[in-house]
Amino acid sequence: MAMYEKTASRFKGKFDNLPEGHLLVNLGPSHPATHGILQNVVQLDGERIVEAEAIIGYVHRCFEKLGERYDYNQFLVCTDRMNYVSTPLNNIGWILTVEHLMQIEVPDRVTYVRMIISELSRIMDHIICQGILGVDLGAFSGMLHMFHHRENIYTIIEKLTGARLTTTFCRVGGMERDIYPEFAKEVKMVVKGLRPALDEFNDLLIRNKIFNERTDGIGGISAEDALAYGFSGPNLRATGVDHDVRKDTPYMLYDKVDFDIPVGEDGSVLHRCLVRNEEMYQSLRIIEQLVDSIPEGKYHANLPHAFLPDKQKVYSSMEELIYHFKIIMHGVKVPPGEYYMATEAANGELGFYIVSEGEKSPWRVHVRRPCFWYYQAFPQMVKGGLLADSIATMSSLNVIAGELDC
Amino acid sequence: MKEKVETLLNTKLSKYIFKTETVSSNIPTFFIKSEGIVPVVGALKEDPDLKFDFLNDLTAIDWLGKKEPRFEICYLLKSPKNKHSRIMLKVPVEEGEGIPSIVSVFKGANWPEREIFDLFGLEFINHPMMDRIILPDNFQGHPLRKDYPLEGFGQDYLISDLLQIHKED
Amino acid sequence: MGLTDVLSKPGQALGDMVQVTNLDAVVNWGQSYSLWPYPFATACCGIEFMGTACSDNDIARFGAERPSFSPRQADMILVLGTITYKMAPVLREIYDQLSEPKYVISVGACASSGGMFDTYGVVQGIDRFLPVDIYIPGCPPRPEAIMDALLKLQQKVKTQGLENRRQEIKRKIEEINERNRPLIIK
Repeated sequence: MAMYEKTASRFKGKFDNLPEGHLLVNLGPSHPATHGILQNVVQLDGERIVEAEAIIGYVHRCFEKLGERYDYNQFLVCTDRMNYVSTPLNNIGWILTVEHLMQIEVPDRVTYVRMIISELSRIMDHIICQGILGVDLGAFSGMLHMFHHRENIYTIIEKLTGARLTTTFCRVGGMERDIYPEFAKEVKMVVKGLRPALDEFNDLLIRNKIFNERTDGIGGISAEDALAYGFSGPNLRATGVDHDVRKDTPYMLYDKVDFDIPVGEDGSVLHRCLVRNEEMYQSLRIIEQLVDSIPEGKYHANLPHAFLPDKQKVYSSMEELIYHFKIIMHGVKVPPGEYYMATEAANGELGFYIVSEGEKSPWRVHVRRPCFWYYQAFPQMVKGGLLADSIATMSSLNVIAGELDC
Repeated sequence: MKEKVETLLNTKLSKYIFKTETVSSNIPTFFIKSEGIVPVVGALKEDPDLKFDFLNDLTAIDWLGKKEPRFEICYLLKSPKNKHSRIMLKVPVEEGEGIPSIVSVFKGANWPEREIFDLFGLEFINHPMMDRIILPDNFQGHPLRKDYPLEGFGQDYLISDLLQIHKED
Repeated sequence: MGLTDVLSKPGQALGDMVQVTNLDAVVNWGQSYSLWPYPFATACCGIEFMGTACSDNDIARFGAERPSFSPRQADMILVLGTITYKMAPVLREIYDQLSEPKYVISVGACASSGGMFDTYGVVQGIDRFLPVDIYIPGCPPRPEAIMDALLKLQQKVKTQGLENRRQEIKRKIEEINERNRPLIIK
């Protein structure tokens, strides 16, 4: 078909004149390891991979160009769809960048709730990653078991924001509505149910001798190479480097809570799996420190020119009506300048770079997405290994196609 | 941090400084000439005191109508040793100019430079594989420029062989 | 008593062991309750499909037991997520490889019409080049919506015979060709 001819011709320089017995295989965009749409062209010598090349761009949805059309609150719907397994983390990253650019302080109540939802989203993301790694290696029951708990977290997020997956959590200046009265109680129940479930998952999959022998020592990368490629997040911590944006450049209240950073040794599939597993326990620890002491107060900062007023007042009072009109029609006023802010998403350092000219929409929005930087090293990680191991490596890297192609 | 970097640039690499201009940003910004980006980045990486050895981001901005020259390439460097502080190097370029690639200094600059070529049309010299990465191979134009509309010019040429379905299939 | 007498009054002679019906009904009944999906998951709707297939909302109880990743062994293709111009040839090739009779469900707003992405890279709906049977709105649709679509498809398969299906597909293909004719660049 025309498309594959184009793909093959692009690599003429690299895969030309194959030695005797070597085979060029296309692990096409739609493949059983349902990790999104990634294509790999590999040159095989029997079962060993000699060279590989990654092709991306199959889900390019033009977010950076959309950022120049939408205003600062509307771009939240785009951030939803980037890393679609842990959506509130992207939303919070964008909102924090805009708030720092405008130099707004939000009340503590908002910060506590944002941190709790962040850590719950991190747990959601790691559940999917570990579950799918099990499925790719043939162990289906771990994922079925953990999905029940993921649905419980979805229920909490749906009660808070109104949607399961495309949450558009937070607005510039606070949250769109206050938390419901049973929020703290339900979060505590979910945490109580998650700890024994994680222990069970450990026994099922991670302490399993077959799993350990299957994943130990494959797909590794050294710490210097990882830093040269721009790795961050659990993939970097599995190589032994303890960078974490929450501890290095703290934001929200991460310098006031107690948590550890798990670190691996050789960056192999097993170590990445263990690091993510331990991170889930640390997230539970953070949630337990915060959930009992959510302070009272308002759920947004005092910003009549940027935060939509209460709907009842809009219908009855003149001033709120005018503010409402101005905010909807003319957008939120952001001072001209640039800002880069990084937060720790589930995959690594997620950064937003906004260039603003003082108008309704930004002049340029750039998303520094972690998957893009560490997927570059994939051909190097699978060279010399078996074909089946490359599937496990791709699974353990946790590449989300929506984030990769932005 | 900003003063130390300024001292380093002014003493050893002053021939590469493009201009000094203050940008309202949370990260100290320096403007570098395009032929000097590789020595400057290398010096900042090797310096034992500053040690900016983590490439955090690589992107470009199109200032059509607002600034001359039209494009700016932004390199964001981070120094884990010095409390993870960041600096930004900007390289102003005009359309059609080539920029030396920093793949020899940072391996991770490979794909971001291809992405800039794909979306803006700026070529990098000495890059191992200067090809389109995110858009289809038969795409015409460079979308993130300001004179390219969001909806595209009528994109059906891209799947023109699919639009007629033969009944025998 | 001849054979015809027995067959015309089955309940009396042989009890409930024998049912008499026509071949079409049996084939349709069997097909509708074992539609094996090919989940073509591109983006966010894929995660909702995973939620539908796993515990809590189980799609296997309706017959879609085995999500097969080989097109030759699947009955229907679920297009989950945004389709870009780079991905469209791949989707078309997979559709051509599915064995007859095949059904297409377009899940979510992005696959049905481009969704919120009216941009230079996204195909505005897969019915530009594929005949679609069921459209599911939503961004993403809830698991209950996907199950509802599967039930509707089962209803359709049960009641539609093979000949009607062929006519319907031919009509849809003609419509698509007519619509796309002015866009072809010679």
